[in-house]
Amino acid sequence: MWESIKEFASEFFVTGDPLIYGADVAIALTLVSIVFVLTYFKKWKWLWREWLTTVDHKRIGIMYIIASLLMLFRGGVDALLMRTQLVMPDNTFLTPEHYNQIFTTHGVIMILFMAMPLMFGLFNIAVPLQIGARDVAFPFLNALSFWLFFWGAMLFNVSFVIGGSPDAGWLAYPPLSEMSHSPGVGQDFYIWGIQISGIGSLMTGINFIVTILKMRAPGMTLMKMPMFTWSVLSSCVTIIFAFPILTVTLALLFIDRFFGAHFFTLDGGGNPMMYINLIWMWGHPEVYIVVLPAFGIFSEVVATFAKKRLFGYKSMVFALMSISVFSFFTWAHHFFTMGSGANVNAFFAVTTMAIAIPTGVKVFNWLFTMFRGKITFKTPMLWTIGFIPCFVVGGMTGVLLSVAPADFQFHNSYFLIAHFHQVLIGGVAFGYFAGLYYWWPKVFGFKLNEKIGKWAFWLWNIGFYICFMPQYVLGLMGMTRRVVTYGWDTGWWELNLTSTIGGFLMGIGFLFQVWQIMHSLKFMERDTTGDPWNGRTLEWSIPSPAPAYNFATVPVVDARDPWWAEKQQREAGRPAAPAAAYEPIHMPGNSGIPFIKSFCWFLAGFGLVFDWLWLAIPGLIGVGLCMLAHSFVYDNDYYIPADEVARAEAESRGAVG
Amino acid sequence: MSTHNMHAHAHASGAGALHGAGADAHGHHDGHHDLEELRTFGFWIFLITDCILFGTLFATYIVLRGNMNGGPTPHELFEMPGVIAETFILLTSSFTGGLAVLAMNRGLRGGLIGWLIVTALLGLSFITLEVTEFVKMVHEGATISTSAFLSGFYTLVGTHGLHVSIGIVWMAALILQLARRGITSVTRRKVNVISLYWHFLDVVWIFVFTIVYLMGVM
Amino acid sequence: MAQHHSSNAGGASHQEHGAGGHHGSLKQYVIGFVLSIVLTIIPIAVVLNDLAEGTAALVILLGTAALQFVVQLLFFMHLREEKKPRYNLMTLLLGLVILLTIVIGSIWIMQYNQVYH
Repeated sequence: MWESIKEFASEFFVTGDPLIYGADVAIALTLVSIVFVLTYFKKWKWLWREWLTTVDHKRIGIMYIIASLLMLFRGGVDALLMRTQLVMPDNTFLTPEHYNQIFTTHGVIMILFMAMPLMFGLFNIAVPLQIGARDVAFPFLNALSFWLFFWGAMLFNVSFVIGGSPDAGWLAYPPLSEMSHSPGVGQDFYIWGIQISGIGSLMTGINFIVTILKMRAPGMTLMKMPMFTWSVLSSCVTIIFAFPILTVTLALLFIDRFFGAHFFTLDGGGNPMMYINLIWMWGHPEVYIVVLPAFGIFSEVVATFAKKRLFGYKSMVFALMSISVFSFFTWAHHFFTMGSGANVNAFFAVTTMAIAIPTGVKVFNWLFTMFRGKITFKTPMLWTIGFIPCFVVGGMTGVLLSVAPADFQFHNSYFLIAHFHQVLIGGVAFGYFAGLYYWWPKVFGFKLNEKIGKWAFWLWNIGFYICFMPQYVLGLMGMTRRVVTYGWDTGWWELNLTSTIGGFLMGIGFLFQVWQIMHSLKFMERDTTGDPWNGRTLEWSIPSPAPAYNFATVPVVDARDPWWAEKQQREAGRPAAPAAAYEPIHMPGNSGIPFIKSFCWFLAGFGLVFDWLWLAIPGLIGVGLCMLAHSFVYDNDYYIPADEVARAEAESRGAVG
Repeated sequence: MSTHNMHAHAHASGAGALHGAGADAHGHHDGHHDLEELRTFGFWIFLITDCILFGTLFATYIVLRGNMNGGPTPHELFEMPGVIAETFILLTSSFTGGLAVLAMNRGLRGGLIGWLIVTALLGLSFITLEVTEFVKMVHEGATISTSAFLSGFYTLVGTHGLHVSIGIVWMAALILQLARRGITSVTRRKVNVISLYWHFLDVVWIFVFTIVYLMGVM
Repeated sequence: MAQHHSSNAGGASHQEHGAGGHHGSLKQYVIGFVLSIVLTIIPIAVVLNDLAEGTAALVILLGTAALQFVVQLLFFMHLREEKKPRYNLMTLLLGLVILLTIVIGSIWIMQYNQVYH
């Protein structure tokens, strides 16, 4: 009996690796200390009431951001582990098996559990405020989206210590990802972690489309919306059409693995290329999903910190929406080399080149906005200025890759790796950092220290070029991706060494960001005006942090950059509008169902991973019961009385408005 | 931008009174957004995403349906009488679903619930026929792991069947809510939403019937 | 929890705006039902009696299916009655474009990526 327990445990838990034992200890200690702190300070009820059951978009946004920064840490550690392994030839720091797991988890985490939640966090903290709304269209669904992401990410992360991480790459191509070549549970953790989290993403797409189309303040026509809001709309349009493809593709892979089907197997008539076709049908739009909101952030930041309205509003909108739709017509460029032939490749080469055009329009518009503006180099602006050359170069290498015949040289080499990291880091990461710094005072009520922020930026920016520019050269020299090591005779080691140094510089930059947050928490430079950057859009017209109801009275808009217009009017001496009468404000009620339902999904996923139907089926039934329970709930909302609104406004407004 | 107050809908500014969600007759809460209209629109968008989901399953089926792996072919497997019956049953249920909505628009709770029950029962017959078909095929040795064609078949048709089954459970829950609360702006929206869902499933079936069954036996 | 009694099922009455916005009439539903039956019988007859083959059959089958789809949209799902801005229609059309891209794109690309079967 003891023997069979030991045997089970040795399969169930990941054994034999000191690093992972260390992680086990760290995780256990963290869990224990969290439980201890919550119990000692008697905060369990508070946690449940204020965070686990909240449907407030501002809170949900904060939770997304915290989760994504923790995932940035794990993904970053993965990166530095890889760079350490590659710092010199014939290195044995990581075994090939470990290396495979690490590049797999690095990719999945950075794109799906870092970039996406950070993006959703920025959606949540900014969009309702920008459009003068009091919440999103579907607050309950919003909470559900977050908890699905959370428990999906948990499921994926748990594979590190239980059962083993997936190791077939971030996109898990069959037949490697089929049972025939990956019989372990890691691949199933991959499927269910992403699947569960992906449902949340789809729901967010729907939520924000309805919010933006239907809940704008009176007078705010679509063509008067802030550009970030437009970018969110365009991203969400892409989300709703792309994510169902991912859902199906992962489901089919699971059906292959669980039921022995033959969608993508080597035998039985299966066709692995169909998986590659489908996964990239999702995968290409996915990268535009994450980059479009970054573009939106840059538009806001450039206009604010150049004190000049955004140049070419209409063409910016047109560019965003065309990219959003056209991103669905380019996917085959990810597998030019896999045998589709000249006609297919030629078509997709052309569409891929075409999609660079609207982005180019945007870059010129940002430059024209800055031209003759009064530029202040606050942290958000630094990240933006860093983004422009970085992303332009990354985009250009993308156009190089789009030349199908040339891609036969570049494909799956370090040239490719350098390209996508350049656009993802230089575009997406820089953009989200800019957004985080920009909206941080609005969310938390205090500013982040500028000096430390500048250090963090330069470490990241310089570190980036030192890390990735050598990789273009390495690619041209023949170094392929996902190699665990290389020989002395290749002549690659100097560039790899340089690249590793750059990677660590970025890591230090991240540490500076952490220090910046801790320092700013301690020294608390409060934002008392609600408008620390002299902003242009509605979110800066309310106190920081925003009150629960966002706007005490619904603003009426008649121009782009309505807050800027309002400030101009006041400066011109126009008399202030008479104080508005407050009315009771309708608020959606909290609910524990999103948390519980997502946990049921976690249990179901865990059960399906281990073939434990005794867990999976009750988990799925739990999901169904939660849905039914919610259907029967009719009276969960409440009103904030008018005098409470008046009191809150008087307290927080002070110098504002 | 002026900070003057928006004229709240007369219904919504229950001046100072704290009361529960009880949506007023129009579902207006803060004077701006008809919550029920938002939800109907949101569901429509969800249905379009479900179209993409089925579209992907169709694409997969079409690409793989020639791969029989030496196993049974559509000609050998598909029994058209049952499939044709399923088709007319589902189509009729779409019609009775419409009759339910008509009854609702005329304020007839009894008619609404009655026609919903008929719709659900027709849906149940559809599922019964489909499950019988699947069980028979499995007994004949045509399982999901027999060939790529069959993997595609069971997944595409089964996903549709799963959607219908979920719809039936949903309909039952809605019928209970209607019995208890009658026709309100909220239950009205729920009926409209489930009716959209049900029509959508009929549309999907049209394409399943055409692309899988008719083209299979052609 | 007011009961709405509209004067008739056909016209749009004030109470019906918003969530209750869709009104068909019995006539609409019956016509839709009959059209759907006809559009179902045609392809069945064509296939079971071998009345056409190859491309012609494909056109008839997909054509009647597409027409039935339109019938559902217009007669059962009341797409025509949508007020401006017609977001439902826009979403549907964009969705269909992408759906066709997925299906046709897959068929085209996979033509060159066949496996032995």
